[in-house]
Amino acid sequence: MKLSYYPGCGLSGSSKELDISVKAISGPLGIDIVEVPDWNCCGGTSAHSTGHFLSFALPARNVVKAEKTGCDEFTAPCPACYVRHFLAQKQLNEDAKMKRHLENALGQNFDQSDIKIKNLIEVYIDRFSSSNVTKPLKGLKVVNYYGCALVKPPKTFKFFDDPENPKSLEKIMDTCGAESIEWPYKTECCGASLCFTNQDVVWKNGRDILQVAKDSGAQAIVVACTMCQMNLDMRQAQINKKYKTNFNIPVMYFTQLMGLAMGIPADRLGFDKLYVDAKPLLHSLKLL
Amino acid sequence: MREINVTQKLEKSKDFLRKLQEESGQDPGQCFQCMKCTGGCPVQFAMDYPPSQIMRMLQDGLVDEVLNSFTIWTCATCSTCTARCPRDIDIAQLMDTLRVMAFHKRRFNKAKNMRVFHTVFMDSIGSHGRLYEVGLALGLNLGTGNLLQDTDIGLPMFMKGKLSLLPHNIKGMNEIKRLYDYAKKIGE
Repeated sequence: MKLSYYPGCGLSGSSKELDISVKAISGPLGIDIVEVPDWNCCGGTSAHSTGHFLSFALPARNVVKAEKTGCDEFTAPCPACYVRHFLAQKQLNEDAKMKRHLENALGQNFDQSDIKIKNLIEVYIDRFSSSNVTKPLKGLKVVNYYGCALVKPPKTFKFFDDPENPKSLEKIMDTCGAESIEWPYKTECCGASLCFTNQDVVWKNGRDILQVAKDSGAQAIVVACTMCQMNLDMRQAQINKKYKTNFNIPVMYFTQLMGLAMGIPADRLGFDKLYVDAKPLLHSLKLL
Repeated sequence: MREINVTQKLEKSKDFLRKLQEESGQDPGQCFQCMKCTGGCPVQFAMDYPPSQIMRMLQDGLVDEVLNSFTIWTCATCSTCTARCPRDIDIAQLMDTLRVMAFHKRRFNKAKNMRVFHTVFMDSIGSHGRLYEVGLALGLNLGTGNLLQDTDIGLPMFMKGKLSLLPHNIKGMNEIKRLYDYAKKIGE
């Protein structure tokens, strides 16, 4: 399957380990990654907080480019980017006024967009089975943290999973041979881009999430969102300083753990890019 | 407590409320104050008015208070409120539209950090087509006066090869420029 791939600004910089691990596991799972040519930033939170046209037009330009590559599916691993592209395609197909604006701005006409826009979990969930697993993650106890953007609001995105109690990461971790612990903070918001504008919020939410993960008996947190990952991993030291806590909880992408279970060496999965080192834990469980 | 004349307020804010409804596709009048949105909001503790109160204020035409509120800039668009609203109001969408309207009216009140962040972010895309993280960090810290914010994570980020010091322009900058010019032209 040819997958149109939108790394976005995060995956080419601060969330490199997600890019690295996605590329490492996709080939063996029969997925051929084709990067969207000359993609631009989707506009993130700022575009939709400051205007209607650019928040549609920026991701729409990428959708149009992806469509031309002849791929069946499109993914943006960052959930915030995914949401923007999903909505842009919907507007391109259903909002005649916005489409006309885009055509006027770029001086081109656009057809209906049919490429299937999926989030990263959707891309892998039916393509990953126990037959892909050569090194089960025995003894690893995790909590799965979906964050908010992947599952809400359900009516808009029609994501296949439950918005309040999703289970798809549990299914993937189960296939990997890891043990998922039930916990109540699966879809709590980490504060997202408030990390730039109101850090107290992100530190408090991060502290709560890390504390509940720890109290639940998890050795690590599994994530699917770049914003969540950064707020919990990169900012864990800031949280410890602010609240005088001593959290040392690795926060890993589900794709990194899939890769490990598939027998791909850790150095090809971006483990060295994490701030809270996951290697001592993985060593102690003889998973490295 | 301050007294307000709801009839007068509603009359005065009629046009704004119609525009809000048109742009967001949502009707705040549908809210019956069950407060599920407020109960589930993960950032409510940092707001000046909880989301359910914003809904009530809109029903009473307290437009200035809503546009000047810190709430609309604190909403993280997690959409927990939207997912749980028994009246099917997309509250996160309403907050988004309110932010856009406040931005266009240059109403920021206590949200100076948000004004600087969104402006620097959009300028960065307008100049390069992609986000230039070093430029964003510098612009944000200089603009807000929080000069030391996140300086502790800058070096580790660089050491891990996650930060590129120079911006990278996409090839289609002419298209990005056309989109930005058009947005300015239609005022959206």
